[in-house]
Amino acid sequence: MSAGAAVSQLPWMWLVSRASGLMLLVLFSTVFVLGISTRLGTRLRSMPRFAVTELHRTLALFSVALLALHGATAVLDPYVSIGWWAAVLPFTAHYRPLALSLGALAVDLGAAVLITSLVRRRLGHRWWRTVHWLAYASWPLAFMHSLSAGNDMSIWWVAALVWGSGSAVALAVVDRILFTRQSRKETIQRPNPAVRRATSAQWGVRS
Amino acid sequence: MSSTELLDQRASNEGTARIHRLLPSEPWEPVTLAAHLDQHGALVQHPSSEQWREATVGEIERAGLVGRGGAAFSTGRKLRALLAHRGRPFVIANGTEGEPASMKDRVLLARSPHLVLDGAALAASLVGAAEIIMVVHREVSESVDAALAERRRISLDSTKFRVVTAADGFVAGEASAVVNWVGRGVPIPLGKAPRMTERGRQGRPTLVQNVETLAHLGLVGRYGADWFRQLGAVDEPGTMLVTLAGAFVTPGVFEVAIGTRTSDVLELAGGPSTPIQALLIGGYFGTWTPASAALSAPFSASGLGVGLGAGLVVAFPAAGCGVLETARLVRYLASQSAGQCGPCKFGLPAIAEQLELVAQGVPVRYEDLTRWVDEIEGRGACGHPDGVARHIRSALDVFGHEVSEHLAGRCSASERRSSLAVPTQGVW
Amino acid sequence: MRSQVVLHIDRIACDGRGTCAELLPELITLDDWGYPIIADGPVPRDLGRLAHAAVELCPKMALQLRASEGDTRSMSKSTEEWRQ
Repeated sequence: MSAGAAVSQLPWMWLVSRASGLMLLVLFSTVFVLGISTRLGTRLRSMPRFAVTELHRTLALFSVALLALHGATAVLDPYVSIGWWAAVLPFTAHYRPLALSLGALAVDLGAAVLITSLVRRRLGHRWWRTVHWLAYASWPLAFMHSLSAGNDMSIWWVAALVWGSGSAVALAVVDRILFTRQSRKETIQRPNPAVRRATSAQWGVRS
Repeated sequence: MSSTELLDQRASNEGTARIHRLLPSEPWEPVTLAAHLDQHGALVQHPSSEQWREATVGEIERAGLVGRGGAAFSTGRKLRALLAHRGRPFVIANGTEGEPASMKDRVLLARSPHLVLDGAALAASLVGAAEIIMVVHREVSESVDAALAERRRISLDSTKFRVVTAADGFVAGEASAVVNWVGRGVPIPLGKAPRMTERGRQGRPTLVQNVETLAHLGLVGRYGADWFRQLGAVDEPGTMLVTLAGAFVTPGVFEVAIGTRTSDVLELAGGPSTPIQALLIGGYFGTWTPASAALSAPFSASGLGVGLGAGLVVAFPAAGCGVLETARLVRYLASQSAGQCGPCKFGLPAIAEQLELVAQGVPVRYEDLTRWVDEIEGRGACGHPDGVARHIRSALDVFGHEVSEHLAGRCSASERRSSLAVPTQGVW
Repeated sequence: MRSQVVLHIDRIACDGRGTCAELLPELITLDDWGYPIIADGPVPRDLGRLAHAAVELCPKMALQLRASEGDTRSMSKSTEEWRQ
């Protein structure tokens, strides 16, 4: 068989779907971590806060595009039969129903986050924020979809990327929880910079 | 001689002693509806007549009546603003009296509730209000209920009245805080957003007026602008209730004609009980002014150079420590912040802490204090930080000598006990 | 034509996150607790795009651009003034 014929025999759609899926997990995890960084007000490597926010938003939009590619190639791929609706409606796929349902749910929640973010000015902060919390549910669904829908975890660097992404997200979540606990304390007693300067040991005034 | 002439005549006979437009001459008994109608007659209203409404509002404008709750905003202008808007407005009578040392609203509601209720009814007729909500301090809610019961028995009023007990706390008396309290049960200011006259309770135009202002309003409606202006100063006409507290022989609530010599005003309370160094004018939120200069000045905003606020005058003894007193007051004011914005939540406690350190004679960076006071101004969600800033600046000015002493670690006051009753619990 | 656009801040929504001060240090400084101190007066034309960015990127949507000091409506990016 000639090289060209061999290449044309490759299941392109399937490959692109798998590859884009892996990239999407990494990207989605990055967006997630950046989202938490935005909330915590961290400056990543002296990158100012507004840049963190912008990056979070930009990569989120990019991942929508990548998601479209991932979903479309999975549906269009002739090897397995997946209907268009399976991309957004859980419990409707025939091929690997659990795995695809998880993916569809992740997409649904992500869509809610996306749409509310696009109209956040009109929606007002409170409602936008309430829906945005769904992101914390969307990621685990996407992660479990990756584990159950793909066959590639035996490849060492795929597993590394997947578990690496998972670890990054887990660390970010821990950070977020610690931040909440600390800021609750601070509301009652945020340190007064001048008092810290002025009070010396002799007075022992609370700082 | 008409009843009003009798009232004012007694005032002129006794010099500046007692004026009885708002408070009865027998101060221990509340004025019953029968006695009230006996003295003033029924308040005649023609709510359906636009001509009457125009004429009455015009009269109120001519009288130059301004709010007696502290902001001193023109009552006539407020009424005009409400006349301009469509929709059934609300009238809210504000008797919260969040200022802990002020007593005048409570005394007025306890002794002359019908003057306030008349004024509220008149305001409601003028603006076409659907309902009048009386927000009153819990100490006098019974009196107000009783007065309303008297009126209902003879179906005196056409507009519906409702009594709501006011929330505790310093900021609870602010206009938007009262609206918030009545509507959502949360007594904090709404921020600098819409004016109450445009969008207040339930999104409808709302007239929020201090109870004393309403009492004056009712009287102007009866007797006219010329009568109102017979007492008081040309630019600040009429009378007002003042609470004289602190180092007085007989502290209490008194009615004065604005522009009276300040020393005469203080005499109403028997004068100072001990030599005084300063007066705190307006309230805990108010401004310190040196006693020597103030005593000979007319008791008015233009005369004293400071706003009269809610009419509280605290006499501060010469033996006292102004720095200590200011530190206590500011700590109280900081504790009373609604906590809605950064400058109040963090700036005020920091400033309070600095002042406490100064009061204790601990070395501090004085520039931090003055810088923070400058920084909180205009940066709050409501007017609270501005009032505190003004208070502190006046204190640092009036007690400047004492401040320098403290920064050097000394205190020249002989009496270090506080003379002001500051509530120790930040309640809201 | 002189720009009259002003930056308006909702102080109850503001949480002192500090994104605005990073973008517009010419107009916004932070106090000792991280809350913004905004310079008075209209936004200079050459800072217009940065001002819009600050409004967009404020995590609590506490900033607004308004046509003048007393105005209560916020301006959208499509208004004439800002078309570059």
